[in-house]
Amino acid sequence: MAYGPEKGIGRWLFSTNHKDIGTMYLWFSFAMFLLGGFFAMVIRAELFEPGMQIVNPEFFNQMTTMHGLVMVFGAIMPSFVGLANWLIPMQIGAPDMALPRLNNLSFWILPFGFTLLASTLFMEGGAPNFGWTFYAPLSTTYAPSTVNFFIFGVHIIGASSIMGSINIIATVLNLRAPGMTLMKMPLFVWTWLITAFLLVAVMPVLAGTVTMMLMDINFGTSFFDAAGGGDPVLFQHVFWFFGHPEVYIIILPAFGVVSAVIPTFSRKPLFGYSSMVYATSAIAFLSFIVWAHHMFTVGMPLAGELYFMYATMLIAVPTGVKVFNWITTMFRGSLTFETPMLYAIAFIILFTIGGFTGLMMAMAPVDIQYHDTYFIVSHFHYVMVAGAVFAMTSGIYYWLPKWTGKMYNEAMGKAQFWVSFIGFNIAFFPQHFLGLAGMPRRYADYSLQFAEWNMVSSIGAFMYGAAQLFFLYNVISTIIAGKPAPQEKTWEGAEGLEWTLSSPPPYHSFTTPPQVK
Amino acid sequence: MSTDSNYYVPEPSKLPVLMALALGTMALGAGMWVRDEGFGVLAVGFLIMSAVMYVWFSTVIKENMAGMTNPQVKRSFVWGMSWFIFSEVMFFAVFFSALFYIRTLSLPWLGGEGDKSDMINLVWPGFQAEWPLMVNPDQVVGGEKFIGPHENMGFPGWGKLFGWLPLWNTIILLTSSVTVHFAHHAMKHNNRSKFNLWLAITVLLGAIFLVVQYVEYHEAYVEMGLTLSSGIYGTTFFMLTGFHGFHVTLGTFMLFVQLIRGFKGHFGADDQFGFEATSWYWHFVDVVWLGLFIFVYVLG
Repeated sequence: MAYGPEKGIGRWLFSTNHKDIGTMYLWFSFAMFLLGGFFAMVIRAELFEPGMQIVNPEFFNQMTTMHGLVMVFGAIMPSFVGLANWLIPMQIGAPDMALPRLNNLSFWILPFGFTLLASTLFMEGGAPNFGWTFYAPLSTTYAPSTVNFFIFGVHIIGASSIMGSINIIATVLNLRAPGMTLMKMPLFVWTWLITAFLLVAVMPVLAGTVTMMLMDINFGTSFFDAAGGGDPVLFQHVFWFFGHPEVYIIILPAFGVVSAVIPTFSRKPLFGYSSMVYATSAIAFLSFIVWAHHMFTVGMPLAGELYFMYATMLIAVPTGVKVFNWITTMFRGSLTFETPMLYAIAFIILFTIGGFTGLMMAMAPVDIQYHDTYFIVSHFHYVMVAGAVFAMTSGIYYWLPKWTGKMYNEAMGKAQFWVSFIGFNIAFFPQHFLGLAGMPRRYADYSLQFAEWNMVSSIGAFMYGAAQLFFLYNVISTIIAGKPAPQEKTWEGAEGLEWTLSSPPPYHSFTTPPQVK
Repeated sequence: MSTDSNYYVPEPSKLPVLMALALGTMALGAGMWVRDEGFGVLAVGFLIMSAVMYVWFSTVIKENMAGMTNPQVKRSFVWGMSWFIFSEVMFFAVFFSALFYIRTLSLPWLGGEGDKSDMINLVWPGFQAEWPLMVNPDQVVGGEKFIGPHENMGFPGWGKLFGWLPLWNTIILLTSSVTVHFAHHAMKHNNRSKFNLWLAITVLLGAIFLVVQYVEYHEAYVEMGLTLSSGIYGTTFFMLTGFHGFHVTLGTFMLFVQLIRGFKGHFGADDQFGFEATSWYWHFVDVVWLGLFIFVYVLG
């Protein structure tokens, strides 16, 4: 392991280093975040006022679809893989990831996959326009022919996820420093171990689902066509068997980040460590047996509705365990409110709101009213944005001084937080009202009664969008001109192996494994 | 848990990014191919991928022979292969699930069971649910998009038992799982010639399986009218057995590579991971076939 970083572009193209690959993941996901954010801005600009102003309805559908796909698969998921790459070896006392070349392959598939996906925007027939959940037969019989590029794009992106996850599992199970038992691992490592398991389990299901679509479209099979004895509802079952664990794939690493940040700024150890581990595992298990709560209006038998309703409500139990543990960690702590902590507290509050609306729509009879309205849109943005993205932002502010050796500007960080927090709530809280009043999602135009709240929502969305450019500025100015960060421990309350390394850490994290007591 | 202080971290490598290029090219090419825009791009991607995989695997083998991979690195490989096989299990699980869902739930509903029967009877009046499905909903209302088969692949009765190809294929594949185990046993006792012999027999059995499956598919298409587009029965039959056959092809090729390595004098009594990983894959393919034999053929 004598080699250092290569010179020039080769350092990035040919890397086998977990930090360099982690950095590439983070920058790539941020680029995708801006791209998906741009699509969101187009959507909100069109919905600013009733009537058609900026885009035509066909293009609007492409925007909602591409926004969802790019954000889920291109921004949020890779960003947490980037965090995992940076942190897992440093947190368990390993020199690098277990399979470094595979690691680089997992990353480099993504630019190819998303270039392919995004290029459909410029092709004849336009980009996929059937929503990010790509329900058949919209995505089969009635899809533009670019759907084929979407299918193969999903295949290679899925392969990238599977390889990345296998790498993480092998690293966690095989490369821990002596003395670091499973129950001594930082919670971020635990949540990623479980997330990686979920990914290996469900990405092949997604691959199978798009393969069925491919066959139905091009080779005459009838998986999703009742005329041949198939069933379009089968699509929804197999999709959501992937799709529900997928939302936990997105949120579990976020839990891990918050479980690192809250104790640091409370200057107390995490309350209920082992119950956190068990709760995470319970959430992962439950995620496999609740998928059809996305399909309450599809015409399932009553027994199915009841089962999926009660099973879904069970998820509130382990999730509640987590929320109470975070709050109890803060209880009687000596709290300070640096930017990462602000984001983490905002995460707890807003994620809990998203969780409660989730509990509301878990009730089958009530969900019939909510289904496919803006209430749903609001719910999952509270979980995806105020949940995953806020936790991610918290993590970036928290570990950026460790990674770069430079300290961000605290005042700028706090300002960025407040613009982001206020913008987010202005954008998405009114969507609850819109949904309850009956505004359906995925429409380019709406009835006049929805005009006010849509305008408010759009203003909030632009504000939140601007806050992300502000975030980009904060990160770049830290890297270029930040003041030197304190060596080793940036935060006085921080615990864990990564804080025993220098800032920035050496190129190969732990060449000799540390002893963990 | 780590006790070795020198875990092997490979130097920067050109292979991963080239592999990603190959996969990206193949995704683009496959999309073009199904859109009838030629298969040139797909072929180029496939060639790059094959070349990269060849170099990549030989690099790993060379590193292993040079003693750079300690037992801890090998444990990473073991975890890697195990979880890869698990992901393959989940891939087959989704196709099996589709089969079970259609057979036990959605097809009976199409046939008028359940509380939506009135509506279903309006759309496909007179449709009878049965499995294997020989007459599709489309056909009962005069459509021609999905024409059911005249014969199916189910159990032909005791009289024709020995002419039933899937039975032979079951015997062939089960035997091959035993022979690959014998090869493993031989290598563990450093008996190289026996290893080569049993492995060669396994490869041969894999190839025979594929030939039999080819004959079976040919019969299905030409004589039984059973095709990909003959409705949900043909769909599930060909997709399940087809993906399995694809995996057998891959597994046979992998075993063949291990056989060449055996002839070249690779492996030792306690250094045979490449072969072991391949044999796990082979056992996995075998177990999937048992599931297919029961649920697609015997109960089909």
